[in-house]
Amino acid sequence: MATKKSRRIFKPLVFLAALIPLGWLVFALYSDTVLGTKYMTADPVQKLDRELGDWALIFIILALSVRPLAEIFKKGELVAYRRMIGLFAFFYVCLHLSAYIGLNLQLDLDEFIKDVTKRNFITIGIINFALLTPLAITSTKGMIKRLGGRRWQKLHMLIYPIALLGVFHFFMMIRADFSRPATYLAVILVLLAYRYWVKWKKTHPKKEPATA
Amino acid sequence: MLKKWRKASDVKSSEITPKDVFLNRRKFMQAAAIVSGASLVPAFVNSGLAATAPGYGGKKYPDVKKTAFGEAEKLTTYEGLTTHNNFYEFGTGKSDPFRNARTLEPSPWSVEITGHAAKTGKFSYEDIIKPHQLEERIYRLRCVEAWSMVIPWVGIPLADIIKRFEPTSKAKYVAFETLVDPKQMPGQERDALPWPYVEGLRMDEAMNPLTLLAVGVYGEHMPKQNGAPIRLVVPWKYGFKSIKSIVKISFVEKEPPATWNIQAPREYGFYSNVNPRVDHPRWSQTKERRITGEGGLSALFTPKIETKYMNGYAEEVAHLYKGMDLNKFF
Repeated sequence: MATKKSRRIFKPLVFLAALIPLGWLVFALYSDTVLGTKYMTADPVQKLDRELGDWALIFIILALSVRPLAEIFKKGELVAYRRMIGLFAFFYVCLHLSAYIGLNLQLDLDEFIKDVTKRNFITIGIINFALLTPLAITSTKGMIKRLGGRRWQKLHMLIYPIALLGVFHFFMMIRADFSRPATYLAVILVLLAYRYWVKWKKTHPKKEPATA
Repeated sequence: MLKKWRKASDVKSSEITPKDVFLNRRKFMQAAAIVSGASLVPAFVNSGLAATAPGYGGKKYPDVKKTAFGEAEKLTTYEGLTTHNNFYEFGTGKSDPFRNARTLEPSPWSVEITGHAAKTGKFSYEDIIKPHQLEERIYRLRCVEAWSMVIPWVGIPLADIIKRFEPTSKAKYVAFETLVDPKQMPGQERDALPWPYVEGLRMDEAMNPLTLLAVGVYGEHMPKQNGAPIRLVVPWKYGFKSIKSIVKISFVEKEPPATWNIQAPREYGFYSNVNPRVDHPRWSQTKERRITGEGGLSALFTPKIETKYMNGYAEEVAHLYKGMDLNKFF
């Protein structure tokens, strides 16, 4: 009962918090336009692309960390926020993709096709979008029921390769200063290792004290 | 017709712009005050961008000769070209040089001349520029990342400077080196790139009348974030060839190393001439975003423009590459 109540309070808060990055970008563009600041630099097309991509990755990683955090801190109710965070990841991915096609390529479809077929990091980005879309579509309760928990869970394990591909997409886009994608990669690997550790523990229930 | 067109562009650059710059700067500082006062800005986004004044510039050169080099295109504002820089010695973000370049000490400055030349040694900044008449030249700058600016440089044709040092017949290339000093260049505390940043030109490229050793912009001393006090400007090549804050010039026999070529040889060749027909492996080079200095929505929706072969300077430089396969020597 208490968790239901706290969910009613916290869900809108999480929702609003997830909108802060977008809010900041909108504010920055507004300020640059009206006040002449340069938060989005003199080349906001590139800046916006990068920022949105960054936030997409951050939300994917956040979605991945919900379950481990819930388990470690024994706060099972946290899992209730995972869907929303995952959907926000999809939301930022969509914005990232739209900014690239709409603002960077200025809707030049010829260029888009060339990019997707010729440039590996963009190919990977598009594949990743294609992989993430079914996860977003099947995020509803109805879909979980229709698919069955097992199959749904299997499908949603895709989020791990998606996160890794996202980081590779980032790695492949730059040629110097890899600290940022390296940080993301490290976090994802830790989360993956945790997942495997949990699984290993389940399949190897302690019979006798393991080698001391 | 052509004459008339040229004249119109001259008026634009010499009369309208300084005022434009002035107003822009004022607006910029006002905006900075408003925004930093409101402090609505989350901490993760450095608000320093709006709060610091651009570098060491501001000191006018007393005698700069106007030249015919000019464009019908609008100049990038002073604010635009001092807040949006690739200068990894101060950080890899576009606004990092603006924020971090204040630690650079462009004066006193000296440049070491070495290699196959009659006159070598250490020369102070003043020694290097004093015998020459400073010129203003308005050049397009095309970054390999598919954005571009139009910049009124102050400088000296590199050829005039090179002649003074009397390179010998063994000098087939000219190599350049940027300062290494993590105290002045905090970005060098991390090895985002191998330091020092190095670049090079073939001798005939270095001697081409377009090649400039620049010491300023908009009639003023070079802002720190733009490569104070002395940098190269090679307008028909991608921007990264135009090495900044030079401390060493060597006359060498073999093709010298170039930083980005070392970093990613498949993507950045030694020549790196602007060429819309040769794609960068990760993006097309057929178009570019012209950075005017205006940010926000207008910059977000400005139509891209076609990139020209040799950045529009083919008439002056295309002969340098006659018979070369530019797909191979990119």
